[in-house]
Amino acid sequence: MQIYADNAATTALSPKVLEAMTPYLTEVFGNPSSLYRIGAKAKDAVEAARAEIAELIGAKNANEIYFTSGGSEADNWAIKGVCKMLKLKGKNHIITTRFEHHAVLHVCEGLAKEGFEVTYLDVYENGIVKPEDVKSAIKDTTALVTVMYANNEIGTIQPIAEIGRICREAGVLFHTDAVQAMGNVPINVEEECIDLLSLTGHKFHGPKGCGALYVRRGVRIANLIDGGAQERSKRAGTENVAGIVGLAKALELAVSTMDERRERLTKMRNRLIDGLLNIEKSRLNGDRDSRLPGNVNMCFEGIEGESLLLKLDLAGVSASSGSACTSGSLDPSHVLLSLGLPHEIAHGSLRLSFSDDNTEEEIDYLLKVIPETVSYLRSFSPLWDKIKSE
Amino acid sequence: MAYSEKVMDHFANPRNVGEIPDADGIGEVGNSKCGDIMRMYIKVEGNVITDCKFKTFGCGAAIATSSMATELIKGKTIDEALKLTNKAVMEALDGLPPVKVHCSVLAEQAIKAALSDYYTRLGVDPTPIVGVIKECDHDHGCGCDL
Repeated sequence: MQIYADNAATTALSPKVLEAMTPYLTEVFGNPSSLYRIGAKAKDAVEAARAEIAELIGAKNANEIYFTSGGSEADNWAIKGVCKMLKLKGKNHIITTRFEHHAVLHVCEGLAKEGFEVTYLDVYENGIVKPEDVKSAIKDTTALVTVMYANNEIGTIQPIAEIGRICREAGVLFHTDAVQAMGNVPINVEEECIDLLSLTGHKFHGPKGCGALYVRRGVRIANLIDGGAQERSKRAGTENVAGIVGLAKALELAVSTMDERRERLTKMRNRLIDGLLNIEKSRLNGDRDSRLPGNVNMCFEGIEGESLLLKLDLAGVSASSGSACTSGSLDPSHVLLSLGLPHEIAHGSLRLSFSDDNTEEEIDYLLKVIPETVSYLRSFSPLWDKIKSE
Repeated sequence: MAYSEKVMDHFANPRNVGEIPDADGIGEVGNSKCGDIMRMYIKVEGNVITDCKFKTFGCGAAIATSSMATELIKGKTIDEALKLTNKAVMEALDGLPPVKVHCSVLAEQAIKAALSDYYTRLGVDPTPIVGVIKECDHDHGCGCDL
């Protein structure tokens, strides 16, 4: 059996999305900035996608959507662009969390070197930020609050609407990296008082290399990429027309099927969590309820995450230990460490993330193969010997 | 980061896994904080390592280097085993990704630690023969050189 259980890393392109994209990879190849019909047709497609995405996330105006190369660019742009403008007004303080994606954390670290003060909020044992912590961290110099909608490793969903209200009342801009949450939980930028929001298509069966940044009208943001007049001179570069069409189609499909998917995946997820918790010395990372429907993140003491992944790969299971972006690194996940887990336990983590493509039969197989693999690796782990004898 | 076929073979089918109940020397290196611990068991007859087994907590490379190291010293004399370098372990595995080189160092050290224990049990000071076993003393992940 072959199981793809790493949908938080990326998802398979939906055939319907590919079908929507194909004309823009073939006959409608024109540059949207060109005046002739084949260019105008491409331009129309880009604008229709913009309007569609604006509607799907509850934005008032299509012009509040800017297309980017993906989530990392959107995060970089949002934070750097806003901070650059507000620095001129003497604002040099950013509030974020310890367990953001590196596309946010590394940007904040870079700004710290330029003189910004960064407050990293605690995410506690359950992986959820406390809105009152945001409130008490805000001060006169605060330029931006950036808190992810749902964590990419442990799937915990943050109280975004509450944080948004606090920021709005304090007159501070609020950005959220919604890359993992988009298409999986209902999001409305107006109702949730979100000023800037990052999203990317490949997490919900769209193509890679295309995302968007929502920027509420009136928010001043410096450019990240200068050049031509695309995206109302805010983001240069010939538009990824097929990608943009695919992004809008994928989001439309994800939002229209969200309720059924949530129900089905939540059931599957809970069955898997309960089964895996039967393994001795195992734990679930992150809050069980305020959690993305398709996310399971567990630690198994006495074994190391990479060997678990490799062994599962040999058994046909594609999973992840923490974030794929950091698999070249040997340090345990900063997300798990932010929950207060000791290094030796954080080393033994496994993330499984599911989508519409996964089935109950696959969960049955995982419930057989994961416990077997864990006990195999423990059978020759000197650390497990020590844990058992304690 | 990709592993060679040899590494994957030794990871998927590790040789000499387990314990030797009546071992003549046991060496353990690494620590759980860094994400890898290797424990080597050796059986010595005369001057020859007649048996060698390992138990490892760690990544794919840690398991594969442990397995390869046991193969490389089994049946060899103590002198030959002491000359085994991490480089030789790596070469036998057709190379390791740069971030995993330290696993081969750990394997070399684990063998030295087992031999050190062997001499200690005999009442012989191991340091002049085996040298100093380097211990991992960093406090972040395990991306360092030992």
